[in-house]
Amino acid sequence: MSVIYVLLAISITVALVFFAAFVLSVKKGQYDDAYTPSVRMLFEDELLDASGTSTTEQKEITQTKRTNQ
Amino acid sequence: MTNMTCYHCGDDCGRDHVHFDDKDFCCHGCKTVYEIFTSNGLSNFYEIETKAGISPKEVRSKYDFLDNQEIVDKLTEFNEEGVQVINLSIPSIHCSSCIWVLENLNKLHPSISNSQVDFPKKTLRVTYSSTDFSLKGLVLMLSSIGYEPYISLDEYDKKDKKIDRSLIYKLGVAGFAFGNVMLLSFPEYFEVEEFWLEQYKPVFRWLMFAFSLPVVFYASQDYFKAAFKGLKSKLLNIDVPIALGILTLFLRSTADIAFDLGSGFFDSLTGLVFFLLLGKFFQQRTYAFLSFERDYKSYFPIAVTRLNPDKSEENIQIYKVKVGDRLLIRSNEIIPVDCVLIKGSAEIDYSFVTGESQAVFKENGEKLYAGGKQLSGLLVVEVLKSVSQSYLTQLWGNLVFSKDKASTFRTLTDSIGKRFTAGVLTIATISTLFWLFYEPSMALNVFTAVLIIACPCAIALAAPFTLGNMLRIFGRHKLYLKNTNVIERLAKIDTAIFDKTGTLTTTKKDTIIYEGVELTPEETILLKTTLRASNHPLSRSLYDILKANEIATLDEFEEHTGKGVVGKLDSHTIKAGSSVYVGEGVSGDSIAETAVYISSNDAFKGRFVFKNSYREGVSNIFKALGKSMQIGILSGDNDGERKQLQELLPVRTQMHFNQKPEDKLNHIQRLQREHKVMMVGDGLNDAGALAQSDVGIAVSEDINVFSPACDGILDASQFDDLPLFMELSRKSIQVIKMSFVLSLCYNVVGIYFAVTGQLQPVIAAILMPLSSISIVLFTTLMTNALGRKISMKKGTIDSFSTS
Repeated sequence: MSVIYVLLAISITVALVFFAAFVLSVKKGQYDDAYTPSVRMLFEDELLDASGTSTTEQKEITQTKRTNQ
Repeated sequence: MTNMTCYHCGDDCGRDHVHFDDKDFCCHGCKTVYEIFTSNGLSNFYEIETKAGISPKEVRSKYDFLDNQEIVDKLTEFNEEGVQVINLSIPSIHCSSCIWVLENLNKLHPSISNSQVDFPKKTLRVTYSSTDFSLKGLVLMLSSIGYEPYISLDEYDKKDKKIDRSLIYKLGVAGFAFGNVMLLSFPEYFEVEEFWLEQYKPVFRWLMFAFSLPVVFYASQDYFKAAFKGLKSKLLNIDVPIALGILTLFLRSTADIAFDLGSGFFDSLTGLVFFLLLGKFFQQRTYAFLSFERDYKSYFPIAVTRLNPDKSEENIQIYKVKVGDRLLIRSNEIIPVDCVLIKGSAEIDYSFVTGESQAVFKENGEKLYAGGKQLSGLLVVEVLKSVSQSYLTQLWGNLVFSKDKASTFRTLTDSIGKRFTAGVLTIATISTLFWLFYEPSMALNVFTAVLIIACPCAIALAAPFTLGNMLRIFGRHKLYLKNTNVIERLAKIDTAIFDKTGTLTTTKKDTIIYEGVELTPEETILLKTTLRASNHPLSRSLYDILKANEIATLDEFEEHTGKGVVGKLDSHTIKAGSSVYVGEGVSGDSIAETAVYISSNDAFKGRFVFKNSYREGVSNIFKALGKSMQIGILSGDNDGERKQLQELLPVRTQMHFNQKPEDKLNHIQRLQREHKVMMVGDGLNDAGALAQSDVGIAVSEDINVFSPACDGILDASQFDDLPLFMELSRKSIQVIKMSFVLSLCYNVVGIYFAVTGQLQPVIAAILMPLSSISIVLFTTLMTNALGRKISMKKGTIDSFSTS
């Protein structure tokens, strides 16, 4: 029945891993600004330039141009 | 044509209406920003939120000091190997469009590699390559799209601020331990007489002991410290019974498991600390984008232009200004030191220093005081005193600025705590004595049980949750308080003192009255045309009210800085300006007023008198406040408007005029001998009074711009709600008192179990969280009900708030 020791050890280790993850995220400043990321995630990635094509495409084009050179 | 609003900023398209790209703009500035955005692939700005732009301001040479490498080094966070990182404060950040465009800054300049907005703090962090871009370039670019950063002396002094995250860590530790201990103590709640459970009981118990160690010695150390501090100064604050409770819980539980007497109260212990810290956390969150500690430093510029003896100009840091230096002050710049005017005509707005809204004219050789703002033209001055020695800055040497109001104020919780501790100790002693005679073996058990169950967790939570929630509700209605302590102090106020200029009056509009011979239509047209060419604020406001149908073209126009303007058309001359300039001589009653004198063909016609216009509802506020408290006016202005004020305000209102900043401070101090005083002000001249008063509230037209150190910032648009806010703070105190009664009920039930020696760990484990949660629910519901009252009274539903 000493398997209970193993189980306890595993469960506490898992709990400690999550706790460490929490401490690390606080230390990195993830809890400092709780508002901006919620807005940021709603933005679309594409940026429109004057001609109406998305700039992500534009970037690829310029990149291919560069590699061609 | 009417009601046309700007596509960029949403302002009314007035006289400078610009039509471009099928869209309407209120000025060329807005049009330029639109052009910048659309030509750089940032037109999405207008999709996210419509008309959210900010009209850019003219900056020109304002940021030349950023060429000074030493200053740049101080301002940047990181500056090495061609990469610079800077954190800029940008007050105009206000919507998601702002976040979007500022985080896509690299579209505007390829050297910017990363930019990140912190919306609650209204800051922008930019990483850029300094080899082909500079801080000055960045600042100018931001200003050109309407996001002018706020760089002041304050920023320069800022040491690397360490963000205090210890409360989150403690909360994490307590929550982590609480969850695990709950899980581990679960099997024993049911007391099943089972073989394996008996076998492994010690393991579970010692594991719980291990989990509770960081909670007692790390997470709850603040309570021990506060209790110790309280006892040292002979105060029985609320932390004393809490610390006593935590200590007893820990010792008793350890003894229980060590001598195999029971399973201990580790679950209650960790739960208690977790809930207490949760309350603290809830109370702590305030407004990151506002600063309540500002002094003159956040108002003063970082650098000034020094005129070297060899006639070269140099931007130097303000602390390096020495007595005898010659400085160049451009229009709209702040005079940072006391000095003597050498060259140029000074027209100085001292409204931040004295509260006097009227600009002061100075001649060569006259003394200028620090804190004034030069309105038009270039000045050369010679420094008389260094920055920290100047008239205005010396005010900050006063002791009131280092005093912490919150620490001297006894909160309701603390005063209850005193009686509570005394009560608990009495009950514990009496019941222990009883058990000593009746059954001595139970005595220690009962004594500790009373201390454990009486731990005032619910009482300690009542105030943080009530006031914390109230703080947020106030914030939604644009009264931003420094901390929850202010609400308690606000509830006790019995005297309210108001500053006049900028507080009771609005700077947004003046009432202009014409006195004299009526102007002919031709003269009106000529006057309006003349004023049109002038940039002086008085000309601007006068221009806006003059009714003329056409604008003529002038033959001749001249502006005499600090004196007036003259316009000529077909041998018809019109002059507008000061009384001396127009040739009318100063008549006795006009000194106290701001007026523009008009003469046509050198014949005096009349004058336009500018009167401060009072905020809407001023007399209602005074009526409402006058019922429950004493009211007074403390003004730095002359008493030119005494009569007008007397008509507006209740008869008993005391009025004091010509008050210097120190006078205001001393006046408040005198009143405080008998009263709890609230000061409502706005400028630097009120800073001393705001700091001295029990509650200092700064009224601000734009909360992002400067306001002096205070306990609360009130948006000027909500000024008429001040009596309502005060009533609500008194109501919140009542809510706290009600929660005290409620939590005492729980304590009575708990103490019954404790005194009769029947307190099982499971009862404590149920009672403690139950009382805490019901208090949290009760206070939240009650304060929300109070909050709805404000919304209803204003007839608005608050739909969106960023807090």
